[in-house]
Amino acid sequence: MTNHWIDLKNSDCIIVMGSNAAENHPMSFRWALRARDERSARIISVDPRFTRTSSLADIYAPLRSGTDIAFIGGMINYCLQNQLYNQEYVVEYTNAGHLISEDFSFSEGLFSGYDQTARKYDNASWAYQLDENGVPLEDKTLQNPHCVFQLLKNHFSRYDVDTVCKITGTPREKFLEVARTFCATGDPRKAGTIMYAMGWTQHTTGTQIIRAFAILQLLLGNIGIAGGGVNALRGEPNVQGSTDYALLFHLLPGYLKVPVDKDTSLQAYLDRCTPVSKDPKSVNYWKNYPKFMISLLKAWYGENATAENEFCFHLLPKASGNYSHMSIFQSMYQGKIKGLFCWGQNPAVSGPNALMEQKALEKLDWLVCTDIFETETSIFWKRPGANPGDIKTEVFLLPAASSSEKEGSISNSGRWAQWRYTCEQPQGEARSDLWIMNSLMLRLKRLYAQDPGPFPDPITRLSWNLGSADKPSAAVVAREINGYDLSSGRLLDNFTQCQDNGTTSCGNWLYSGSYTEAGNLMARRGKDDPTGMGLYPNWSWCWPLNRRIIYNRASCDTQGRPWDPDRAVIWWNEAMQQWEGDVPDYGKKVPPKNNAGAFIMKTEGHARLFGMDLADGPFPEHYEPYESPVDNILSSQQINPCVFLGYNTDLDKKGNQREFPIVATTYRITEHWQSGIETRWQPWLCELMPEMFVELSRELAKEKGISNGDLCTVASARGSIRAVAVVTARFRPFLVDNRVVHQIGLPWCYGYAGLATGDPANILTPNIGDPNTRIPEYKAFLCAIRKGV
Amino acid sequence: MDLSRRGFLKASGAAAASAAIGSLGFDLSGVSAYTHPLKISYAKETTTICPFCSCGCSIIVHTVDGKVINTEGDPDSPINEGALCAKGSALYQEAHSEYRLRKVRYRAPGSSTWEEKDWDWALDRISRNVKNTRDNTFVTKTSDGLIVNRTEGIANLGGAAINNEECYILAKLARSLGFVNLDHQARV
Amino acid sequence: MSMKRIGLLMDTSRCLACRACQVACKQWNKLPAEPKESWKTRGSYENPADLSPVTWTRVRFTEYEQHGGGVEWLFRKLQCMQCQDATCLKVCPEKKALYRNQDGLVVLDSAYCTGCGYCTQNCPFEIPRFDAKERRTFKCNMCYDRIANGLIPACAKACPAQAIQFGPRNELIEKAHQRIQALKGKGFPEASLYGENECGGLGVIYILKYGRSKYEGLPADPKVPLSVKLWKDWLKPVGLASFLGGLGFVVFHYVLHGPKIIEKGGD
Repeated sequence: MTNHWIDLKNSDCIIVMGSNAAENHPMSFRWALRARDERSARIISVDPRFTRTSSLADIYAPLRSGTDIAFIGGMINYCLQNQLYNQEYVVEYTNAGHLISEDFSFSEGLFSGYDQTARKYDNASWAYQLDENGVPLEDKTLQNPHCVFQLLKNHFSRYDVDTVCKITGTPREKFLEVARTFCATGDPRKAGTIMYAMGWTQHTTGTQIIRAFAILQLLLGNIGIAGGGVNALRGEPNVQGSTDYALLFHLLPGYLKVPVDKDTSLQAYLDRCTPVSKDPKSVNYWKNYPKFMISLLKAWYGENATAENEFCFHLLPKASGNYSHMSIFQSMYQGKIKGLFCWGQNPAVSGPNALMEQKALEKLDWLVCTDIFETETSIFWKRPGANPGDIKTEVFLLPAASSSEKEGSISNSGRWAQWRYTCEQPQGEARSDLWIMNSLMLRLKRLYAQDPGPFPDPITRLSWNLGSADKPSAAVVAREINGYDLSSGRLLDNFTQCQDNGTTSCGNWLYSGSYTEAGNLMARRGKDDPTGMGLYPNWSWCWPLNRRIIYNRASCDTQGRPWDPDRAVIWWNEAMQQWEGDVPDYGKKVPPKNNAGAFIMKTEGHARLFGMDLADGPFPEHYEPYESPVDNILSSQQINPCVFLGYNTDLDKKGNQREFPIVATTYRITEHWQSGIETRWQPWLCELMPEMFVELSRELAKEKGISNGDLCTVASARGSIRAVAVVTARFRPFLVDNRVVHQIGLPWCYGYAGLATGDPANILTPNIGDPNTRIPEYKAFLCAIRKGV
Repeated sequence: MDLSRRGFLKASGAAAASAAIGSLGFDLSGVSAYTHPLKISYAKETTTICPFCSCGCSIIVHTVDGKVINTEGDPDSPINEGALCAKGSALYQEAHSEYRLRKVRYRAPGSSTWEEKDWDWALDRISRNVKNTRDNTFVTKTSDGLIVNRTEGIANLGGAAINNEECYILAKLARSLGFVNLDHQARV
Repeated sequence: MSMKRIGLLMDTSRCLACRACQVACKQWNKLPAEPKESWKTRGSYENPADLSPVTWTRVRFTEYEQHGGGVEWLFRKLQCMQCQDATCLKVCPEKKALYRNQDGLVVLDSAYCTGCGYCTQNCPFEIPRFDAKERRTFKCNMCYDRIANGLIPACAKACPAQAIQFGPRNELIEKAHQRIQALKGKGFPEASLYGENECGGLGVIYILKYGRSKYEGLPADPKVPLSVKLWKDWLKPVGLASFLGGLGFVVFHYVLHGPKIIEKGGD
């Protein structure tokens, strides 16, 4: 989230699209409803089905799964055609006026530079035009035909209301009501916000869906302000923190990049990763990259890391290619991966094409699962239909302490790192994950000291001190993360003190400032709210630098005056010559007239309506899902032209619309959490949602002879599952380009372990993903349904 | 704030009672002649953050003699103001569940049952497995001669439910062992 | 009682149907889940299927199609309604089991319940539930133990949407009327208050977005059964047939209404 939960109360219009906030983040609606109580805010729900969120919304608009870019593209077009954007914001804070290379073009669903064979773009033509000093050229009148604004207008002019509604199946008047209501927040005195989640990310166009709405928010001047922003509702208690800490193949802590094979020296790596700006006004904050990276190396390798040995840079493994979830399971299925650790993750239920993932687990020599309950993954060897005698995998299931049986911080969706305490000792012989990791690493260090094997240095030379071996301390680790001035031994005040010469250490620069000489700031419980905007600066701590709303420089006009004085986040105090309010996303003492750019993490200091660093185009474009019952009416490109099509084991099959004519989507429900493995062991929650079900319209039910409560079979090209029918008026067939398209819905929280069991919906989902993120397309695929099993 | 802080109930009670007094105009507890002190009045209170969605609701855990007797929303939290959803409200049942894992479980190759093991045995065996697989699948150079020093035969998944400090240590551990097959719930 | 009457206001226009109330109730009152054999999806999100000795509150889910094709999903939490004119109090033969406590709440202390079943048979809202094994009846007591200690009821505290509000009843009614006016202005002409006068005024009142007939299981005109009124308010006070005690009431009830069977799982 650019903003945070409480800030929802400051909004005038809250659109919930690609998420189901009332069901999956119930506390968010405490604040959404407060906005309605106190500001007469409008709540909009856009969703293929009428949900508990929709029941609380002022406006509900249905759309067919996988057509979000068409819908949002229509909103962008509506905003531009009716001139509802914030002109000053767009000119000064976005790259609307920047001129793009004359070689850039777009036709028939493809941007310039497409290589059909590689299914990739060469983005050379997506570049800024530069002046003789290398500074991007701008036309602040926005009239130049090569400026971003004109290109944007041109691109989205194709998303007229009729075309949009033909694609999405949304009733025309509902679409217009949404567009009109939300675009009214282009008024500088109004704020509109978006709450999205996996309903957007889990598409082959996921990244561009989010970008589309970010473009709309920038046009309306809704980023950086209270009650605005682009807000990803993260699905797990600490998926924010675990991403910040880089439990992902492509990252190191703090969104630093993972070294790759071509990084033959630290300098080569830093040159690749550190952006350069020739614009003297630009802050280009990522220019500090080397300071963050070298401080990380000092935290990991301690005194072993010296300038002479490139701070042990070469002790890090170097990647070649993609190692995301689907790639890992392909490798596993092919027998290339022999050992697997699962820390509270349950891929036998949560992974796409789950039968293939379950089968892949059989290829492992060993599997270590750490969890608080028995999971489907940990008992894959005795899953229905498996013969344990044939499965040679050695399986360890380690009993973990629960969240209330250990100490440490977690980061919520609003980036607030909150400290939690040991309320009770772990059950039985359960141990904290920290204890388990520490015990393992200490053993491995001993093993490698005794018997080195290939290249033992990354293990033997790793700096590893978590307090005592038996009682590792989260506080000791939190201080390592915050970082030290190594000459004085003092904790850093924050990351602005990080150095690139080896004199500071810092485990994650984003969290530097969370545990300082002043103590553990994440444990703070101060309840003061000096701005009255619900920022609560002394409650816990939030990254970066305790800044509660990021990009907040954009909440003020070029003079440093808040767009809406009643909703001020920061403001320039002329007398004091400093910014006040929230921690400014700008130099505290840098006056607004310096015009250093409101988006300091970008080399040009401007937010990008035109994005040159995406795999699949600088502007979002609608393509149909990988499996779709209809043709793309916008261009001859049926699917995202950059989707990776290389996942094709014998268990990866694509469904056709003849055999599988129905659109299906998966989702979560309030009563179960993720794969359900924590909640399906809890009778109080089981009794609320006891069985796997499928939601379908009365029209489809009639066609198939299905009655409410019937046990049904739902099949896709990958497999079939059993589910109880919930026949409901909340699902309606879509009229798509004059054709009736049925859609059904499936919760994905069931499996064969636990007290409440059921077939995993992910048996049906395909191994296909977004080209930028490789997040699987769980939210739109084809299936068939019939009564009985 | 330390763990032994008494007064969470006071905090929760005070907040709730003042709400009651504020709206009722009198103190309910005073007029109830039969008032019995609640079990939680004698309990120790500690706060935790809800382990389900990412709202970050604060929860008070009441314990007596080290055993959880009650869990409810923390009224001091500006995020949830004492409220919780169905999952958060069920935290008590997680703490008490007879189904929680309490011993290390091990399944030998080809076996159809779990066996219970002790930690030392399991950790020794896992470390040995990690070392064998790392050493057997370690790749020093790519086919075009670039030095990569990575372990291709081990993958690591998860971490979205554990604490930041654990995530950091896991990232450090995984990278030091040369893992490149590293992903978690943010992807799925 | 000299004190102000307290109550709960259920604003159905705010309810998320997250069912924190159902779980918080079980947590505070240490009630188990329904038996595993009963865990069934019946073509709806609504569960458990009915109130029971271990389920004292639950949320009803009603789909309602408007003219013109729009759909509405209506949520209503049900529990003991805390009637002013409380049938259960009138019919219960055991004063220690069912009484109005110092805070004005109708409390069922199951420890003293003799299991006669009169309250379960006569409650106009079908709230108290008889446990055949224990031979006792159970119902929501609005967390009277919490209230007595200055805490608000568990369901009201848990509610993320603040759809359940606790306070002096007259203030809740005033608030409800304001909210209903606002709803009428927002295109809900049927918005109304339920419980202001029903059964002498309920302690638990609803803000309804639509007419009361749209909410499944909500009695349009709840009343103390005529038999109870005749027996308790007219005949018994003048001493007629008082020697028959409770038995007299049963006979009288049977003459007027015939046998009453509480339907399980059907509502």
